[in-house]
Amino acid sequence: MDYYLQILTNVGIFITLTLSLNLINGYCGQFSLGHAGFWGVGAYASAVYGVFFALPVDPALNMFISILIGFSAAALCGLLIGIPCLRLKGDYLAIATIGFSEILRIIIMNTESIGGPRGFTNIPKWTTSYWVWGLVIVTTIFMLNLKRSAFGRAIISIREDEIAAETMGINLFHFKLFSFIIGAGIAGIAGSLVAHDQQFLHPNNFNFMWSVCILVMVILGGQGSVTGSIVGAIILTILPEVLKMINSDVATWRVSIYSALMIILMLTRPQGIFGPHELFEKKKFQSGRVS
Amino acid sequence: MSQDTIYFFWDCLQYLINGIAQGSLYAIVALGYTMVYGIIRLVNFAHGEFLMLGAFCGYFALKMNLPMPVAIIASMLGAGIVALIVERALYRPIRNEGRIPALITAIGASLFFQYTGQLIFGADPKTVPPVFTEVIFNFGEINVSNIQVFIFILTLFILLFLWWLTRFTKIGVAMRATSYNLKAAELMGINTNRIIAFTFFLGASLSGLAGILMGYTMSVEPMMGMSLGLKAFVAAVVGGIGVIPGAALGGFILGIAENMIAGVYKSSFRDGVSFFILILILLIKPSGILGKNVKEKV
Repeated sequence: MDYYLQILTNVGIFITLTLSLNLINGYCGQFSLGHAGFWGVGAYASAVYGVFFALPVDPALNMFISILIGFSAAALCGLLIGIPCLRLKGDYLAIATIGFSEILRIIIMNTESIGGPRGFTNIPKWTTSYWVWGLVIVTTIFMLNLKRSAFGRAIISIREDEIAAETMGINLFHFKLFSFIIGAGIAGIAGSLVAHDQQFLHPNNFNFMWSVCILVMVILGGQGSVTGSIVGAIILTILPEVLKMINSDVATWRVSIYSALMIILMLTRPQGIFGPHELFEKKKFQSGRVS
Repeated sequence: MSQDTIYFFWDCLQYLINGIAQGSLYAIVALGYTMVYGIIRLVNFAHGEFLMLGAFCGYFALKMNLPMPVAIIASMLGAGIVALIVERALYRPIRNEGRIPALITAIGASLFFQYTGQLIFGADPKTVPPVFTEVIFNFGEINVSNIQVFIFILTLFILLFLWWLTRFTKIGVAMRATSYNLKAAELMGINTNRIIAFTFFLGASLSGLAGILMGYTMSVEPMMGMSLGLKAFVAAVVGGIGVIPGAALGGFILGIAENMIAGVYKSSFRDGVSFFILILILLIKPSGILGKNVKEKV
């Protein structure tokens, strides 16, 4: 039973992560490849709070404070990284975000007080399924509403055509930076969930490969689709466990299967399962590409 | 000057020499990157994996007691043929879909080769059987090995060869035309598919060459392409992506900076410094040191 509960928790954490990347990649169209860096910053920030500064209060309250700290730390990183990076476009932006997330990882790796290369241990266990799934629901509602708000429409217009959006009076840099900060912050929340769930952190858990894994979840579901992100996260979190049940050898092929899936998806259906659409969508609110 | 200061300068000189030797390898890989980017505007993440596969071809050739020149040719051909297959099967069908799908496909191909390679070849680093006898020349306090000299001269030779190829041969002119404007080149009767395939082959065979040299100086393993590929890309961007001398310049800058930092400060910051340089360049001059600024038009 514990095993299934753990998988369920992981699914929840990855849904939060995927939704946050979907805001940057799917809504705003800024190709970020360093999302695991924000995840790691959030995780380490809340772990530092949990280990060194924990207040003698109820775990639930502590968890709340920890999540706030994870959110602010990652959002601050998003701000600091976003200001220089978002002047770049397309593949340059992708490379710059990889660079920053690797630098963050190397800094963590070289900081002895938070474990360095040995990993950070003895983090209090505060995460419960209620926290995880409560936050999943909150994030989902937030993202769905965001898509229909003026802010959401503005960033979607940036994805569709930057020059046209700029002529309509949208401050490109402003909106890009905002979506970057919010996306990073929500990834930080996922980080704080993971820190207080696994009670152990290692810098290598937040490397480039994990950024790619989150990206594949977004792409599989369809960039810009909330239901797509949720479905993508569920499929790709459960798939390795199913493979493990069938045959323990197959599980070692996990990344090979992921990457092959990614290639096949791009060759056959580059827009993902749902494309930019939602599962239950009224025509009135359709915000997808008009062809 | 005290004795310590003098030793410090000798050490710096030694790091500089090591940096140039390592930078030569980065330069060779970055040349392939920059040529592919120049022609189809694709950041070929799988370039490091061509290098890894080339290194393995060379490794197996050396294991079969073949001489070094044969091993080098085997690794160049191996990497080149894999690149041709990848280009034909993956990149060509989605060439007109836009840049992000192509980028994702490239990342997918890269991860696929890395992890499948780990399962097939095993994750442990393999040492290449020694073929050269290593001779070390001493200049004062500095040691220079003959392999370092060989790699450096080879890099200069490759640069000269590429300069000759792009300036004075028919296929080089066709390559330049394709990279300038693909549609117009097609209208002029250039078989652009063949030119792109040739560029991939050339770039990948250079990376295969770098792979076997890298494997010879260190070891051969399935993950060797990942960090090297990223760093070569950084080198290409630093020098100005799409510009052939820029890639070599970027490679040397990166190699020297890394060895300096690792020697003078802390070796665990070795990987960080290349990304730091990348971000610095992207902020100051996104088109790279030797690149030209291109204005976006509606």
